[in-house]
Amino acid sequence: MYKYDNYDQAIVDARVAEFRDQVNRRMAGEITEDQFKPLRLMNGLYLQLHAYMLRVAIPYGTLDSRQMRMLAHIARKYDRDYGHFTTRQNIQYNWIKLEECADLLEELASVEMHAIQTSGNCIRNISSDQYAGAAADEVTDPRPWAELLRQWSTFHPEFSYLPRKFKIAVIASPEDRAAMRLHDIGLELVRKDGELGARVFVGGGMGRTPMIAPEINPFVKADDLLSYIEACLRVYNRYGRRDNIYKARIKILVHEIGADEYRRQVAEEFAHVKTLGIDPPLAELERISAFFAAPAFDAADVEPDRSDPDFAVWLDQNVKPHKQAGYAIVNISLKPIGGIPGDASSAQIDVMADLAEKYSFDELRVTHAQNIVLPHVAKRDLYAVWQALRDADLANANLDLISDIIACPGLDYCSLANARSIPIAQKIATRFADAERQRDVGELKLKISGCINACGHHHAGHIGILGVDKKGVENYQLTLGGSGAEDVSIGKITGPGFDEDGIVDAVEKAVEKYRELREGDERFVDTYRRVGMDPFKEAIYG
Amino acid sequence: MVEFRYRDDEVTEQPSVTLDAFLDQSNASAVRLEPDDDARKLIPFLDRLTLIEVAFPKFRDGRGYSSARILREAGYTGELRAQGDVLVDQIAFMRRCGFDSFAPEGSLNPEAVERALSTYDQYYQKAADAAVPVWKLRHG
Amino acid sequence: MKLLTGNELGSGAVTWWTGNGWSIHVEDAVDVGEGGESILHAEEGARRVNAPYIIDAIATPEGPRPAHIKDRVRALGPTVRPDLTLKPADPAAGDWII
Ligand code: HEM
Ligand code: SF4
Repeated sequence: MYKYDNYDQAIVDARVAEFRDQVNRRMAGEITEDQFKPLRLMNGLYLQLHAYMLRVAIPYGTLDSRQMRMLAHIARKYDRDYGHFTTRQNIQYNWIKLEECADLLEELASVEMHAIQTSGNCIRNISSDQYAGAAADEVTDPRPWAELLRQWSTFHPEFSYLPRKFKIAVIASPEDRAAMRLHDIGLELVRKDGELGARVFVGGGMGRTPMIAPEINPFVKADDLLSYIEACLRVYNRYGRRDNIYKARIKILVHEIGADEYRRQVAEEFAHVKTLGIDPPLAELERISAFFAAPAFDAADVEPDRSDPDFAVWLDQNVKPHKQAGYAIVNISLKPIGGIPGDASSAQIDVMADLAEKYSFDELRVTHAQNIVLPHVAKRDLYAVWQALRDADLANANLDLISDIIACPGLDYCSLANARSIPIAQKIATRFADAERQRDVGELKLKISGCINACGHHHAGHIGILGVDKKGVENYQLTLGGSGAEDVSIGKITGPGFDEDGIVDAVEKAVEKYRELREGDERFVDTYRRVGMDPFKEAIYG
Repeated sequence: MVEFRYRDDEVTEQPSVTLDAFLDQSNASAVRLEPDDDARKLIPFLDRLTLIEVAFPKFRDGRGYSSARILREAGYTGELRAQGDVLVDQIAFMRRCGFDSFAPEGSLNPEAVERALSTYDQYYQKAADAAVPVWKLRHG
Repeated sequence: MKLLTGNELGSGAVTWWTGNGWSIHVEDAVDVGEGGESILHAEEGARRVNAPYIIDAIATPEGPRPAHIKDRVRALGPTVRPDLTLKPADPAAGDWII
């Protein structure tokens, strides 16, 4: 894992001091809320329905146990004993007091964490593959590149007042576990003639106008990367639309001028930027990479004893192969049936921290599906890990099943919401509570957003649900056929919306239709792609 | 009104002209760029300009930051002024993009400006100022 | 009726104008009629409230009921965490929102 040196620490500490000063000026009335709002937003502090909400960055979703324990401590001391893990691999606290916020940030800084650029029209926290460093299919660990980008983007003087927020994801596997092409910039690290570089995709996103990022460059060399990304951003900063907030994301620029024209402009800008010497030497990437060296794997390759049936089910569903023999990747589902997707109590956060320290070389990951990963668990320890998880109500064996729902906070917390998301997730999960039925349905990614901003990735759900406001009453639209993985696609709306119970019934009808129509080992989305919308529509509305 | 100036040379007295007016004919030595003006159009004339004023009608509109860097990258050494909705908490970014004078619409507390400019000693990225990026300090 | 609401500057807690101060309980809110704007400016200026705004509400025997569901959620708390609402002892309190 990356460790701060004195430079990194000084920058984060200075940020805490600066924010403390900004808060003090606000509390003393030297600045108005209008002036303060962009400042607090640059540091992840929103004013939501019930209180201030703070979003803490978890760079590329990687944490150690000390940091995880700090998240629990903050939940206990400054919030109401829980936190919400988000689709952007961050954590949000819903009940933060402005007057305590600087103290909170100071505590975070003591474990090399911060809330820098977790909101505002700047380059946001860089997201990545939660299996980085553990996946068998990766060409390299993407996190050193993400860290390089984190440093470059932190307080970037030219790109802190962009037309709109800017999200970057970095992966290094053909399997996309980070919804890479639904980001403003998606990077896929690849190897060409033995050399590592990045495939660059620009202009993806969700929100009101979902778009899949087109490839802008098939290969950018490591030592050109920052210049190239700088060029991508400069073209956007100069020409992205600023007249309409809904058209301000880079996806609209790329769409309006076309990928070819955007590519041409970036190439021209890059030719210039490359002369400025903004790229660090490769030694910097090497320095960072050293922190991500593989841990000292030494466990013998033993198969776990499957005689406990509950354990065996969890093993099959939540544990994934590791690149190192003798090890496995453990997924901890934060989706108990009837629970709140992505929420974890302080006590649960502590349990996960302890398990990471004891069994996973002190590492944890947050996934964009709002779950937690222990990336490097020896197979001989799996049963012990499972028992500890079970005792903390964290052994839900539903990874990638219909009850492993992504849901944004919705109208229970969010001031932009049209409808509640969480109760819908709870009702659907409860409807499909029967574990055998869920497993029979198989992989089904269900994603719920409480408004068109699409924080819950509904466009990318095999089944997506969008909350809308129908004359002051909550209403839900259903979409089918989206995907955020390497088979990326945008879901299509089935037809008229539903009320709260109606949407649960509609989901069930769609799922039953799939069970009737599927061939071989087709997943829900495969069947949908083969047969199209009509049979589902008929089942739902017929 | 220029409130903050970080240069020692004489202040240009000439009023600045619009980019269009300048490109049309003028032998003016001061130009004003609006957010949607293309700063690169000035590149052929940089050595006879002593003041380029970049307008920030709304602080949220960050195009002027790119204009400033483009001008500095092209070798402009004259005064580069940020004018308009310029806030304390932006001045440090603006300095890094090459601005060396500020004419904010609202008046700013000089102490707060001083504090904002001295908050950070280190910067991660190379920009248009003289700061040495952290990666260079690490690797020499 | 019209209510004036906002958040406390320091704590962020939802507050309601009671005629001579602020309360976290919507039951204490009073009709501000046409006079809301001027109270709003005075109170915001004095930093006794943050991000204030005026909403429509209906008078009921139990007290004012905000017209929009969003403000009812604000008044009570998250429907999915009854324990964190202002009425943790009343499991049916959430019905008031919907
Ligand atoms: C509760 C406070 C939140 C607010 C006010 C908020 C606001 C927004 C807004 C306005 C957008 C649309 C941006 C655009 O289309 O230009 C957006 C997009 C998004 N948000 Fe949130 N959000 C919140 C919470 C969350 C949470 C909890 C998550 C994760 C679960 C999240 C993840 C995302 C993602 C992934 C997108 C889509 C990015 C895209 O458009 O490409 N947000 N958010
Ligand atoms: S999708 Fe809408 S309701 Fe959900 S968190 Fe985002 S902004 Fe709020």
